[in-house]
Amino acid sequence: MLQSGEIIAPIILTLELAATTTLLLLLLGTPLAWWLARSRARWKEVVGTIVALPLVLPPTVLGFYLLIALGPSGLGGLFGPLFGLRTFAFTFEGLVVGSMVYSMPFVIQPIRNAFEAMGDRPLEVAATLRASPFDRFLTVALPLARPGFVSGAVLGFAHTVGEFGVVLMIGGNIQGETKVLSVAIYDYVETLQWREAHLLAGGMLVFAFLIIFATTMVERRSRRWRVS
Amino acid sequence: MPPRAGAAGDDNSIAVDLTGSLGRFRLAMSFTVPLSGVTAIFGPSGSGKTSLLRAIAGLHRMEGLVRIGAEVWQDAGTFLPVHRRRIGYVFQEPSLFPHLSVRQNLLYGASRSGRATDAAAARLFDECADFLKLGPLLDRMPSHLSGGERQRVSLGRALLSLPRLLLMDEPLSSLDRTAKGEILPYLETLHATLAIPILYVSHDMAEVERLADRIVLIESGMVLASAPLNEALTDPRLPLARQPGFASVLTAIISGCHMEDGLVELDLGGQPLLVAGSIGDPAGSLRRVRIAAGDVSLSTGKPENSTILNSLAVRIDAVEPLGETEALCFLSLRERADLRLVARITRRSARRLDLKPGMGVFAQVKTVSLASGAEPQQGGLQPTADRLASGARNGG
Repeated sequence: MLQSGEIIAPIILTLELAATTTLLLLLLGTPLAWWLARSRARWKEVVGTIVALPLVLPPTVLGFYLLIALGPSGLGGLFGPLFGLRTFAFTFEGLVVGSMVYSMPFVIQPIRNAFEAMGDRPLEVAATLRASPFDRFLTVALPLARPGFVSGAVLGFAHTVGEFGVVLMIGGNIQGETKVLSVAIYDYVETLQWREAHLLAGGMLVFAFLIIFATTMVERRSRRWRVS
Repeated sequence: MPPRAGAAGDDNSIAVDLTGSLGRFRLAMSFTVPLSGVTAIFGPSGSGKTSLLRAIAGLHRMEGLVRIGAEVWQDAGTFLPVHRRRIGYVFQEPSLFPHLSVRQNLLYGASRSGRATDAAAARLFDECADFLKLGPLLDRMPSHLSGGERQRVSLGRALLSLPRLLLMDEPLSSLDRTAKGEILPYLETLHATLAIPILYVSHDMAEVERLADRIVLIESGMVLASAPLNEALTDPRLPLARQPGFASVLTAIISGCHMEDGLVELDLGGQPLLVAGSIGDPAGSLRRVRIAAGDVSLSTGKPENSTILNSLAVRIDAVEPLGETEALCFLSLRERADLRLVARITRRSARRLDLKPGMGVFAQVKTVSLASGAEPQQGGLQPTADRLASGARNGG
């Protein structure tokens, strides 16, 4: 018989990872999405393409480069000592960095789309009503892009929860540190623990359904605004 | 407000001199108009009217000068960003913030315009909401308003931001006929009572006839003319009088009324004019009259025994051919050369009567209509207007 802790730990770790990743992506991704939506720079689509790359690259390719980047001869060796680490590979911090890269397009794209969809007019109106650029961003752009933020956050969170390939490449399988849900399921199946695998897999299925359903409902509700 | 040190030009004018480009074609527009009343920026679609207005607002970057009274918004060394120019901008589409209620929309600009006291701001808000009949709408979301209601809110929103200059970009063109008729009276009242100058972009002559004091005529990115309404309309060198359905617009003073006939008597440059309507309005108030060129006929002797009520003694300034068979006669009142009108007659008649510039004739006017309810004078919004105006002068 397994300890219940053994099955709970990956769930908690996964939720922690997904929450941290989503939060950081929202913070760092919003300015980038704004720039991608508003800039007239020609080369912005180069940046846009880089942001979209994780959509197409196999997780193993992504994981391979991340492993090198996070390792002792990469960023890990450079910044690791600040955190008392020799490397970021096979650590929770490393997983956060990897997940951020992996889930980046899912957060940034909906926010960028929302910023683009609102057009110039609401911001121009706000400017004629004495709102400074930052004021316009806070009081007009952010509220109008709310549906984009909701979908971005939900998709980013969900996508991080479901991540497998990249985690395996850069995180390995350390209980309580890097062993997330998807890896745990893989383990249970390998060791023929069908009951535990069922429990986690079924939970993921329900979770995925609820996420997509909720996002759709939020989008439907917000569309009513757009009439004017 | 005393003129700021170093500010060029006089304090009672709006000076605009801008150059730029719109796609492939060049814009070079320059005019000076008084710091009061409604100036229509009139011209065909695509002539650069909207670009001009956007440039004055700072929304579209063009090189040159924008000066409002003593405030320089833009010159060689200055470019105030949009939010530092005290404008009220009414866009073609109402463009309300969809995430804010009507009340919050109205307050968006008001709360950023630095009003003196809360009490004064609240009173101004109530007056404005009252004037535009927005009371019952205040807590609704914009998506639950009709087109006319939305444009009323956007007008109120612009007014409450205490602008020094109101910019309106064809505010009626996105509305259907009914909503247009609903908004126009508000604009007329504003015109009559508000001390804030208005630049009003339009390509609809009917709006210009009812609202404008002056016209800046735009064509292909250039200013063709900038003159008072009557002068611009009746200028033989300008194309305005050649438009089908053209009418001259003049301002007359109510001098009496003939109750039994339902007619009001106006004084037009010393000559009487009988017009239906406006019975009971006080003598001395100003009325804008509209005289269609096709309703004016000319005779060399003073017409007697005619069913036509109005006959004006005029002088011919110019006779210009119009198409194959017609001619336009540009006329001015005998004692008042500054009051002008246009008659559209046949070339045959012009030849038969040997009409020549300098000749004195009589203009028989079949129909005279009142172009609008009221001209600038005391009115319902006066207290608000004064406060808005003083706000515009002192605020900052």
